[in-house]
Amino acid sequence: MVVTASTCCTETVFDYSWIHVVSAYWNRYPNPSSTHVLTEDTIRREVRDGKLYSRRLLSKTNPVPKWGARFYNNLPVKIVEDSVLDPVKKTFTTFTRNLGMKKIMKVDEIVVYSEQKDGRTLAVRRAYISSQVFGFSRAIRAFGIERFKSNGHKASNGFNYVLRRMFPQNQLAASS
Amino acid sequence: MNSIGDDCNELKKQYDACFNNWFSERFLKGETDDSVCAPIFKVYQECVKRAMREQKIELREIETDYTTASEFDNNNSATGSGKPQGSQNKS
Repeated sequence: MVVTASTCCTETVFDYSWIHVVSAYWNRYPNPSSTHVLTEDTIRREVRDGKLYSRRLLSKTNPVPKWGARFYNNLPVKIVEDSVLDPVKKTFTTFTRNLGMKKIMKVDEIVVYSEQKDGRTLAVRRAYISSQVFGFSRAIRAFGIERFKSNGHKASNGFNYVLRRMFPQNQLAASS
Repeated sequence: MNSIGDDCNELKKQYDACFNNWFSERFLKGETDDSVCAPIFKVYQECVKRAMREQKIELREIETDYTTASEFDNNNSATGSGKPQGSQNKS
């Protein structure tokens, strides 16, 4: 059984302070770019060594290309998102993974939000996508990477929309 | 945003409001005591866990410990083969 994975990185700068970004994070949904997100629940949360640990369960619609329909049903896909927030170091790291259907496509994503020197917030996003479907894994992975890219744009557009609404007076100008 | 359990929406709303207030007014200001939202969180959790059971969501996969960065890299680096692609976009 061949298991292959691909990684992919994108960096996004948000024109808001880290404090504003992490405050808006919990209120990201709904937004006009998140119509695929159906539900969102916090299922675990605690403070350990001064850091906030959270686990959330999201469900999203899962549109697939025609050739993929034989592998997928179109039921909503469940996503688990773990996060660690360190208010002293000002870092916020989220880990997401899909529940179930992992043989077909397993997507692990990590996003690290940190404060830049100019006060704005940098988000670095990486994903690992793998598939065990014999003969189709390459196509599925390629599809997964495209999905990752377009979802990344959607996610930052939606997040910026929420940031502007929550903190209309606090947008920072780029320093360069 | 809706909860996965239709009957948990009201509890979720109350919990989210409590959490958001605690998060910005206390936690980000250095206070780590999170007991203020604990009672509402407990009731909300009972509701969500029931909805998850009803929808046959695998609880075992959800009750593991939190993912950490080193664990994430270890799990994925063993099979990682693609080159990272960087792109900077100002949003």
